[in-house]
Amino acid sequence: MEIKSIPCRKSFTDTLLELGKKDKNIIAVTTDARGSVTLTDFAKELPEQFVECGIAEQDAVGISAGLASCGKKTFVCGPACFYVARSLEQVKVDVAYSQNPVKILGVSGGVAYGALGATHHSLHDIAVLRTFPGMNVVLPCDARQTRKLVMKLVDYPEAVYVRVGRNAVPDVYENDNFPFEIGKANTLLEGNDLTIIGTGETVYHCYEAGKRLQKEGINVRVLDMHTLKPADTEAIIKAAEETGKIITVEEHSMYGGLGAIVAETVCQHCPVPMRILGIPDENAIHGKPLEIFHYYKLDSEGIYQTAIDFLK
Amino acid sequence: MKETVSADALRLQTEIVRKRLVEVVYKAKAGHIGGGLSSLNVLTTLYFRVMNIDPLNPKMEDRDRFVMSKGHCVEALYSVLEARGFITPELVNTYGQFGSVLAGHPTIEVPGIEVNSGALGHGLPIGVGMAIAAKMDKKDYKTYVLMGDGEQGEGSIYEAAMAGSQYKLDNLVAIIDRNGLQISDTTENVMGLEPIAERWSAFGWDVQDINGNSIDEIIKAFDRIDYNNQKPHLIIFRTTKGKGVSLMENILKWHHGVPTQTEYEQAINEIEQRIELLKK
Repeated sequence: MEIKSIPCRKSFTDTLLELGKKDKNIIAVTTDARGSVTLTDFAKELPEQFVECGIAEQDAVGISAGLASCGKKTFVCGPACFYVARSLEQVKVDVAYSQNPVKILGVSGGVAYGALGATHHSLHDIAVLRTFPGMNVVLPCDARQTRKLVMKLVDYPEAVYVRVGRNAVPDVYENDNFPFEIGKANTLLEGNDLTIIGTGETVYHCYEAGKRLQKEGINVRVLDMHTLKPADTEAIIKAAEETGKIITVEEHSMYGGLGAIVAETVCQHCPVPMRILGIPDENAIHGKPLEIFHYYKLDSEGIYQTAIDFLK
Repeated sequence: MKETVSADALRLQTEIVRKRLVEVVYKAKAGHIGGGLSSLNVLTTLYFRVMNIDPLNPKMEDRDRFVMSKGHCVEALYSVLEARGFITPELVNTYGQFGSVLAGHPTIEVPGIEVNSGALGHGLPIGVGMAIAAKMDKKDYKTYVLMGDGEQGEGSIYEAAMAGSQYKLDNLVAIIDRNGLQISDTTENVMGLEPIAERWSAFGWDVQDINGNSIDEIIKAFDRIDYNNQKPHLIIFRTTKGKGVSLMENILKWHHGVPTQTEYEQAINEIEQRIELLKK
């Protein structure tokens, strides 16, 4: 794995700072997490646009809703595990139900905190948040895509939850010449034998597995499903119709996330066999994030083997 | 434009709204009448005297903000919004009917309502955000948040209490309808709140502890607020649950009781007698 880039969280906050300098209505809110979010520069350079709430996620989300209701382009940023658990009711009522277009940045999502354990993992966020009317869910896969996402988020009229990891990840997109639309999946590899769909940090592993399979003559399609809500159902149905088999790969519970979204879609429009790779119904094993990915077959090797078995 | 209404006019207006509130709950066969009645004096004082609001332009940019954190008492808010001209009697008459815009808790679909509420402990953090936004924009508008006393059990309130003080939000007014009863018992038996004034003072708030059954005292409390003192404001209004309907006053079951026809007629009769006296 060659890593040339910066962590997605840093790409997010660098872009936010750049935009914030031109638009004083852009506000960053956090909960004693300016270091882990990488908001230290924003706080120093734009102190009038920065709101520190202390370790109080419920307050931070409520305050963000209040700011947004008064016209502020509000980004509340902190560890994903806390915003989608401790302050979930505020996300549901004050943000989504009240139609306040707050942008929630959950950093160190999924198993990014690795051995810190289940208190710090957020493997339920997609499943929960996609059931809230008015809430959108996006998991960008690398630093460049994250930057493009932030550009779209500033004036996006609805609430959006964004989950990124902690460490730098390899580039999926090696230059800026790629499309990005919220709700529109990107096709990384074309093929008709099988489709592999990833989201967030699993996309790189899907792409690597796809390239290996193609070298072996298996024409695999790979989709980057960065937006889980609204999901690109058109791309899912097309993949089912044209490739007949789908593997989904997510750093999330196997319940309610990407696998479920794809299954819900294909079973109603074009039923095809599927394999869902994710974290099973257990507290994730302790280890470094990549060790955890490997254990649950979320890395390129696990995805490759799953594909070979599936095609037998 | 800010209305200036005399205390006598406000007393009369409050009784007219009180009658409507009882009628709304009776017709819908649903609602939280006890806490609605206890907070009514404060609501009418805010809407008819204190707040800078425009019923013809509910989203007026520099309007004062009101957050009904004790959202379950929404029938009182609907009755006040109707009296103030934000919503029509025809709309209020749909309350309790299938598909009505008016839910059992406040929603932003209703003109004059800023935020959806009903889950307790949410209003003050939102109010803090609104007050910070006003400070950022150097605007003069104020934010008023009405909370229940049972609601004071919610921990998120104290996160906001710290933030209000930290950010010196002298443009924020929190209000507690201190009627002493919550759904299952007295507040002090369920989870004691006293000494509530000292607790809030210790959080750095400018606290007033007032008789909330008296319109005169309520007016004085709002007039006394120094909006430049670098402190957020809290007014504890000591009230009576079910205020103004003697058969309901201080009786637990009227937290969300619905009057029978006889009780309804008795309540209306009592309020109408007061209205006649106040008109003289």
